[in-house]
Amino acid sequence: MSILTVSDLRAYYITRAFGIEREVRAVDDVSLSVARNEIYGLAGESSCGKSTLIKTIAAATRPPLRLMSGSVTFDFAGHRIDMHAATSSDIAAIRWRHLSYIMQGSMSVLNPVRRVRHAFIDFAHRHIARPMPEFLDIVRAHLRRLHLALEVLEAYPHELSGGMRQRVTIALATVCRPDFIIADEPTTALDVVVQKDVLAMIRDIQQEIGSSLLFVTHDLAVHANLCDRLGVMYAGRLVEEGPTADLLRSPRHPYTAHLVTSLPRIGDATPRPSLSGAPPNLADPPSGCRFHPRCPLAMDICRREVPTMQTTGTAHRVACFAAQ
Amino acid sequence: MMAPLLELEDVSRVYTSGGLLGRRRVRAVDGVSFSVAADGPEIFAIIGESGSGKTTLARMILNIVPPSTGTIRFRGTSLHHGWRRRARLDFMRQVQPILQNPFEAFNPLKRVDRYLFMTARRFASGDPEQRADEALRQVGLSLAEVHRRFPHELSGGQLQRIAIARALISAPALIVADEPVSMVDASLRMSIVNLFSLLRDRLGVSIIYITHDLATAYTISDRIIIMRDGRVVESGAARAVLDNPQHPYSILLKGAVLSADAIA
Repeated sequence: MSILTVSDLRAYYITRAFGIEREVRAVDDVSLSVARNEIYGLAGESSCGKSTLIKTIAAATRPPLRLMSGSVTFDFAGHRIDMHAATSSDIAAIRWRHLSYIMQGSMSVLNPVRRVRHAFIDFAHRHIARPMPEFLDIVRAHLRRLHLALEVLEAYPHELSGGMRQRVTIALATVCRPDFIIADEPTTALDVVVQKDVLAMIRDIQQEIGSSLLFVTHDLAVHANLCDRLGVMYAGRLVEEGPTADLLRSPRHPYTAHLVTSLPRIGDATPRPSLSGAPPNLADPPSGCRFHPRCPLAMDICRREVPTMQTTGTAHRVACFAAQ
Repeated sequence: MMAPLLELEDVSRVYTSGGLLGRRRVRAVDGVSFSVAADGPEIFAIIGESGSGKTTLARMILNIVPPSTGTIRFRGTSLHHGWRRRARLDFMRQVQPILQNPFEAFNPLKRVDRYLFMTARRFASGDPEQRADEALRQVGLSLAEVHRRFPHELSGGQLQRIAIARALISAPALIVADEPVSMVDASLRMSIVNLFSLLRDRLGVSIIYITHDLATAYTISDRIIIMRDGRVVESGAARAVLDNPQHPYSILLKGAVLSADAIA
């Protein structure tokens, strides 16, 4: 039973200047679904369209980003909502209550001149419609459950360390016990020790609430330690998807294979190969498979035709002619 | 006996904040000593979390902030904050920095090749364009690729390569790289760190590689020190230390590294 269904989604950035129209195909033909209580990881390099995809999923498309075709449907316990057909008040009603976000830059989520308590009031009070003292009790109980000191409520953001601020934004995103959480690179700015604790915290609260999580990062090591299923994006398209262990142990797409072999490991100092070339310009992507100019297995057909996602094995999908 | 390339002797740095009352003193770096030999280039990694004093140490080695106590010597001469222009330029020619965030290191309104030409005019002889092209070729780019480009037209990995090329123009003996890959994608990280070991082997540049990423440090460094709260807690040959860390903090740090092999 899936809570999120994305089908044939296309979202392009369209800009016009001096009569010249430019189209950046940041998300092209992406279909995926996330089940209840599942952690779905989305991997890929910068500028591969990960952030555009989650913006489109959250119906936060503002010009120049435009939805070209496809649909995003959430099913919150029998309450179905098509994110791009719904009115803005419908979406405002589900935001935070059913669908919440954990952002990368905790400093830009929290207002630097107001105490953390006000952030909780601004974000969550309208969704937990209780009198203020009772609401603050709910917040305190939630912080205690996450093993955060209650003093953070009275602190200003700059008084907290980066790791602490990120923990506060996680508390903020989960205080309404949402059904679906989107996390965009929540641990990228943190160092290893703090990252491990923050990931443990995300996993604990996700299991306790029983919500689904869409977790975006470029770091496969983080995905390996957290996600049930993994989708790999390259140049605006989903190129491979499968259960985490299966995908990392036997990647079928040459791009995924490269990502896995290029990971440095402690205890293994053999030189790592690095991929030649750079990711394509999405305003003018290569014909056929967008990975073919950098692909070691490229064949003739890869230059002409776009590979579609084909199922190999039970739950493993891959878009590659060489792998099919 | 040749003087070491770089020698730190009991270096500390104290920052004070606040007014006359309620003055706070923070020991960012506390009694650090190490040396990098002049014969035989090496990659020397400095590992630690945020707030462990890594960046302060880098700034002292680059002669941007003076140490509060202790001395830093480069080729036997101790660094001095009040150097005259000639001495300062001579030091800058031999010691070059690479910064953490390539998007902040370059002015967004300035074409990136101008940085290369400026460095070439100041520190290298011959035609600046040719010198810039040579340096770019060392990092796998060419002048034709970056000519007249603005920073936003290039990816983070490309910009970081250009920052490395810029540092190479003056043919330095030492490069201080402060978290050069933490803003770069995991998939591009290896291409940057592979470049460091190539530069060490091919050009004979010693590199001080400051990072919190133990896995890349393990792959490329020769020696490492692990810092915590401004102090060195463990030091030695990189692989020996990371394969078998002794200090509880090093063990904790190694334990926190996520590995793709440990699948949830």
